[in-house]
Amino acid sequence: MSIWISIIVAGLINYLTRLGSVLIINPKRMSEKTKQVLNYVPSAVFPAIIFPAVFLDLNENLVRLNDPKVLSILVAFISGLITKNLIVTILSGLICFWILLFVIF
Amino acid sequence: MYTKKNSFLIGVSDVLPLMIPVVPFGIIFGAIGIELGFGPYITFATSIIIFSGASQIVIIQLLSAGASSIVAITSSSVVSTRHLLYGAVFNQYLNHLSIYWKLGLSYLLTDQAFAVSNEYFKENTENKFKHYHLIGSGLTLWLIWQFTTLIGIYLGSIVPDELGLTFTIPLTFLALLVNYFRKIDHLIVIVISGLLSILFYDAPFKSYIIISSIFSLLVASIFIRFKKK
Repeated sequence: MSIWISIIVAGLINYLTRLGSVLIINPKRMSEKTKQVLNYVPSAVFPAIIFPAVFLDLNENLVRLNDPKVLSILVAFISGLITKNLIVTILSGLICFWILLFVIF
Repeated sequence: MYTKKNSFLIGVSDVLPLMIPVVPFGIIFGAIGIELGFGPYITFATSIIIFSGASQIVIIQLLSAGASSIVAITSSSVVSTRHLLYGAVFNQYLNHLSIYWKLGLSYLLTDQAFAVSNEYFKENTENKFKHYHLIGSGLTLWLIWQFTTLIGIYLGSIVPDELGLTFTIPLTFLALLVNYFRKIDHLIVIVISGLLSILFYDAPFKSYIIISSIFSLLVASIFIRFKKK
């Protein structure tokens, strides 16, 4: 039973984090500067999801620079810059990762 | 001409590439829920009630490891705090809507839906049906997330660990961010946020995401001040 309650409470709080700003903030009262800062939200949030997933191993140690994940993210990055295509970026990184994992290492 | 239908459909098609990691991740979540002994009902309900991959993994792992409910709920919630930033951005586009719209749309506000609908909103500010784009992207993600959770629950770990498919998560977020790397101010914010997330990775309650985000937004606000001068 306590598991159900924990999940429901966590779900409610999670929902409130999604709803909170939408409900409380009045964009008309938001300063121009705040709006400009909000343009940086993707650049501020997404790296915190990317970096640990690439540069830390399962034991939370830094990986080597020749780790398959590091090399593959680099390949994805370059192909993303060139092609500007989401799917190409993701798949080029994944295919490079698999080649390194199964063929080379 | 903007219509409800085409705004919705653009939302669906914009978010589809981002389903590459969601499919294996959903299956993995369903399988982990069963492996950790939560049973099919709780595991599936978690995907509906919390509907946020990272927060779900955190809470079921902590609960199964014997952490207290308070610790598990707190950690899962801290991981979710990044949504406050997404909401603050979307508020500029959604504020004219009724409370019911806001209540419904907020449930669909995930990383992926934020990423694609934010780009759409920026470029189509005059579309009065633009919130249908968020329904399209959010609902697509919701359906696929629930469906793949079910697959994981009933078929188990059909996604072999060796494929390393969790690596598609950072790949997707990188793909979303790639164009921002071209601007020097964004590039600096990205690098600072990334380095901080490594530095604060051990911070209590998985707070590294929100710590890195807030700090790098402060850096961004300094840039803006300099730009004005």
